[in-house]
Amino acid sequence: MNIKRTFIGIVVFASVSLLAFAAQQNSTPDTAPAKQSKAAKAPTPAQDEGERVFQRNCSRCHAAPEGFSPRISGTIVRHMRVRASLSRHDEKALLRFLNP
Amino acid sequence: MVLATAHSGSAQDTPLISGGVGFFSSTNGGNTSYLPIIEPLIAAPIGPHLLVESRATLLESFSPNGGGQPGYDHSHFIALTYLQGGFVVSPHVTIVAGDYLIPFNTYNDRLSPIWISNFQDGPLTSPLGVFSIGQGLGGMVRGSAIQRNKYSIDYAYFYSTRTSNEQFQADRGSGGRASLYLPDQRLELGFSYDRLLQGVHENFCGAHAWWEPKDTAFRLRSEFSRGHHAQGYWVEADYRTQAFGGLNSWFGRIEPVFRMQQTFRRDTIASDGLPSANTQRADFGLDYNLPHNTRILTSYSRQFSATRNTNIWETGLVYRFLFPTWKGKQ
Repeated sequence: MNIKRTFIGIVVFASVSLLAFAAQQNSTPDTAPAKQSKAAKAPTPAQDEGERVFQRNCSRCHAAPEGFSPRISGTIVRHMRVRASLSRHDEKALLRFLNP
Repeated sequence: MVLATAHSGSAQDTPLISGGVGFFSSTNGGNTSYLPIIEPLIAAPIGPHLLVESRATLLESFSPNGGGQPGYDHSHFIALTYLQGGFVVSPHVTIVAGDYLIPFNTYNDRLSPIWISNFQDGPLTSPLGVFSIGQGLGGMVRGSAIQRNKYSIDYAYFYSTRTSNEQFQADRGSGGRASLYLPDQRLELGFSYDRLLQGVHENFCGAHAWWEPKDTAFRLRSEFSRGHHAQGYWVEADYRTQAFGGLNSWFGRIEPVFRMQQTFRRDTIASDGLPSANTQRADFGLDYNLPHNTRILTSYSRQFSATRNTNIWETGLVYRFLFPTWKGKQ
């Protein structure tokens, strides 16, 4: 009985993986920010780098909180540096991204 | 992906208060219980290298009286989840001291906050490898061992001492986690091991695999854990479509979630928090991501066990808050 249910689990896992692959083929990136400043509407290379850092580290675990005060963006980046082991370079890029 | 940006202004290191407020209901085998909960978090940078942060849990649980009695009983629970200081020594080494979340697999220290979890309930295997409590008291070294464009390897090693203090309960033990991340494939693979250094010296090992395909809002997460008396796994998938107006459209905010989990007993000593009999459970969730950091979580679960098969219905509302502790510099 357990083997049967394990098999069902594997089938479900494989189905979900196929669904993910199909989604990857059909999707286009949505980069509309929740709350952006004017500067953020035309991303600079530095902001692109920050976005890359954000997607590779922060959004692996959690969705992005909507607009927050710039007074705490340095604290958020420090938190991510401890949690996600960001390099100094990534920390600076993320800070620029959060504060365009 | 939805991006987070601060309002315009210069970045500052003002301490922050964050966390989640939630109201959950759960109907298990016909009995409905209610759970209002607050999980506040405070983070305060001190100087250029130190970050002190803490999270707590405050909840009140309302459950039906047993034994055929009408009405509800209630109990409350207040506890520190962790209180730690993190000192960034170098890009490769961060020293953490205090009361910390044990870095075993991914759920305990990465997915357990109520504003992050896709389901109200943690996985059945979540007590394995975290010494049942989830917290360690002592020190931890963590960081990025290798960081390249094509891959990175992160590590965490901890040693915890034993204490029975009400707020800082911990067992003596040590262990760690290593993980490989491939950014092009958005694939993370990791291995965890720890050992209890009191009583019967039990060993725990685990492995995790996460895959988040690029340019999609699809996530596949999985964990396997093996303990002295039981083992198990869970696989969770969630997806938000961008096909109908993007993630911020009313349709894009819908998030179907599925989780499959199984636990297996290795012997009859059920001291590890896992079910006392082999258990299979399928969770079908439908979450809705409202504006302003608010989520609605709903799920139906069917649990199969030698002792009893049950249906579990859960609904909840979670709001995430995030603001500075004071006004700071202008």
